[in-house]
Amino acid sequence: MSFQPVKFYQTGTFTVGNRLLPPEERSVQSQEKRYNSINSGHRACQGCGEALGARYAIDAAMEATNGRLICANATGCLEVFSTPYPETSWQLPWIHSLFGNTAAVATGIAAAIKVKKLKGERRNIRVVAQGGDGGTTDIGFGCLSGMFERNDDVLYICYDNGGYMNTGIQRSSATPPAARTATTMAVGPEPGNVFGQGKFVPAIAMAHEIPYVATATVADLRDLEAKVRRAMEFQGARYIHILVPCPLGWGTASNETIRIARLAKETGMFPVFEAEYGEVKSVVAIRHPLPVEEYLKPQKRYAHLFGKTPQVEVIAKLQALADRNIKKYGLLDGGAR
Amino acid sequence: MLKQMEGSRAVAEAIALCRPEVICAYPISPQTHIVEALGEFVKDGSLAPCEFINVESEFAAMSVAIGSSAAGARTYTATASQGLLFMAEAVYNASGLGLPIVMTVANRSIGAPINIWNDHSDALSQRDSGWLQIFAETNQEALDLHIQAFRLAEELSLPIMVCMDGFILTHAYERVDMPTQEQVDAYLPKYEPRQVLDPAEPVSIGAMVGPEAFMEVRYLAHAKQMDALRLIPEYAAEFKKVFGRDSGGLVHSYRTEEADTIVVAMGSVLGTIKDVVDEMREAGHRIGVLGITLFRPFPIVQVREALRRAKRVVVLEKSMAVGLGGILATNVGMALAAKPIDVYTVVAGLGGRPITMRSLHALFRRAEKNDLDPVTFLDLNHSLIAKQMERERAKRRSGPAAEAMLRDVGVVAAKLA
Repeated sequence: MSFQPVKFYQTGTFTVGNRLLPPEERSVQSQEKRYNSINSGHRACQGCGEALGARYAIDAAMEATNGRLICANATGCLEVFSTPYPETSWQLPWIHSLFGNTAAVATGIAAAIKVKKLKGERRNIRVVAQGGDGGTTDIGFGCLSGMFERNDDVLYICYDNGGYMNTGIQRSSATPPAARTATTMAVGPEPGNVFGQGKFVPAIAMAHEIPYVATATVADLRDLEAKVRRAMEFQGARYIHILVPCPLGWGTASNETIRIARLAKETGMFPVFEAEYGEVKSVVAIRHPLPVEEYLKPQKRYAHLFGKTPQVEVIAKLQALADRNIKKYGLLDGGAR
Repeated sequence: MLKQMEGSRAVAEAIALCRPEVICAYPISPQTHIVEALGEFVKDGSLAPCEFINVESEFAAMSVAIGSSAAGARTYTATASQGLLFMAEAVYNASGLGLPIVMTVANRSIGAPINIWNDHSDALSQRDSGWLQIFAETNQEALDLHIQAFRLAEELSLPIMVCMDGFILTHAYERVDMPTQEQVDAYLPKYEPRQVLDPAEPVSIGAMVGPEAFMEVRYLAHAKQMDALRLIPEYAAEFKKVFGRDSGGLVHSYRTEEADTIVVAMGSVLGTIKDVVDEMREAGHRIGVLGITLFRPFPIVQVREALRRAKRVVVLEKSMAVGLGGILATNVGMALAAKPIDVYTVVAGLGGRPITMRSLHALFRRAEKNDLDPVTFLDLNHSLIAKQMERERAKRRSGPAAEAMLRDVGVVAAKLA
């Protein structure tokens, strides 16, 4: 791959100009010959975090496997916006079966490849499965846990936008407390999603003691690429959980997706870390600690917290959840414990 | 090679001879012995290379099968009863995607009330799933049909359920003629998938299809199934050439020459019915049998032809369409539409209720006198039902029905009729 040895610029505080980096560290997306696994022209909303996350994640996986990759995709936004018949955005072999079975479909593909390899009929091919939080943490959870437990050679990527956006923004088990959805409306004495419910699947994935678990956001796409690359170095079950803001469901401006994702991480609402065999190995530290209001305020799904009488108690409870993450994962000191 | 063996083991050995590449297994009675044996063959290396995957549910079993079949591997699984219902969404998906998976259904009832014994409720609940459905009468036929099933499925790019009666066949020890590897290799060509997930030639499978093409895609599934009506007799004839015996096909008539009454049925109960027909023929009754081997696609022309000269048809089925009568009978009725023939529906053997020769003798004699209701439940204990009905009339909170009726029966073990 050709590259420019010239280097001279640096932008902002979070971005390193790509050309300052040695070639092996450069972004997959910056390369002229990037795979474009999910091609332009698909029908995602403007500012869709999932489309962005998928592009970076799948291209990184393609690069790590020299293009020898098969993708299984759960029902959901990503599937719908990328493949309305007779068009498809996918430039790699891709299958959509059902909403709740993607991890199992990927297991089947991996099994077939293994046998075909033994027979000398095919060279090595890796398998990635992907779905939204509904398809992963709810309806697909049984198949996901089964794939983890058997340590099947599959990388599963969950694009977490905290709800069923494809069906019109309903609550999932990944919807954060207090968030308004179509099934947790901002009405009544306790508006929005209830506290004390939901699950954080990366922690459950770690409990399976699979080789690799990581979280990422679309605010730090280099980190995401690096984690996908790292994941592909392992054999067995791997899981990457990516926070992907949804402008439609969260009520955010479409040009705010990356900033919102960054605020989720900087406030401690979403911990970014990686783990191997059930143990946290590294944490991306918060650079500029911020109160959770900074993250909540720009999102209409939390608008009921900031009305004429701000719901200070509810905001305090959300701050407590963020503080808990910060403490648990050591987010202020980068995991030094 | 002649062997005395359990039906499940025979099927497992036949499957192994078909060189499956991926097998997924989830235990459910009465199918379990089949995948146990296959697991053993993979573990001891006699079936290799093959991936045997212990999955966490039937839904996962069918989903793993979908993935492996789409990646080009010959794929097999087995299930029954609740398991088939639990995987139903994936069952429809496999056929919709056109993936030639072969699955044994060891036929068993569906709860509630929970019951592990044989009837055809499970397979027939999936009659519109787009899978081909073949019913075996004997263990030999079960074994043979699996070999034909891979060939047929892969030629058509459609999945097939090979249905065999739970326990009655799966757990019965019978003599079977086990083919050699050379015979199966000669009969069953290598799987050449019509569609495959391959980085060298990337395709998208399972895209969203709107109203502009959905009906056409679905029609194609129907057209392909109908094509099976042409292929199955061809493959059965070829099977006879290689293996030297008749097996499979669409329908099988038995002593229907000049029969006024023809009994239609599927599966192992055909053996009992044939014995009764033999005895009745000896006593001068003009009665015969039509065995349905292929249920989906339904061989409507062949059924019509086989029943053409009958005065009456008795459809004896181990299933029921609640609120209507029979499932098989409804299908047979369609074949006989516009024919002046009486079709009697007989629901029999649900949940493993024995279908005895004595009951069949009485039933068929009543049919000959046109003395049957349109829908008959064979050997129904009417007093038991009356008692429960009375209980429900007398008291609003009459409690769970099945448990009360069991108390009335007085014993837990199934009573022979």
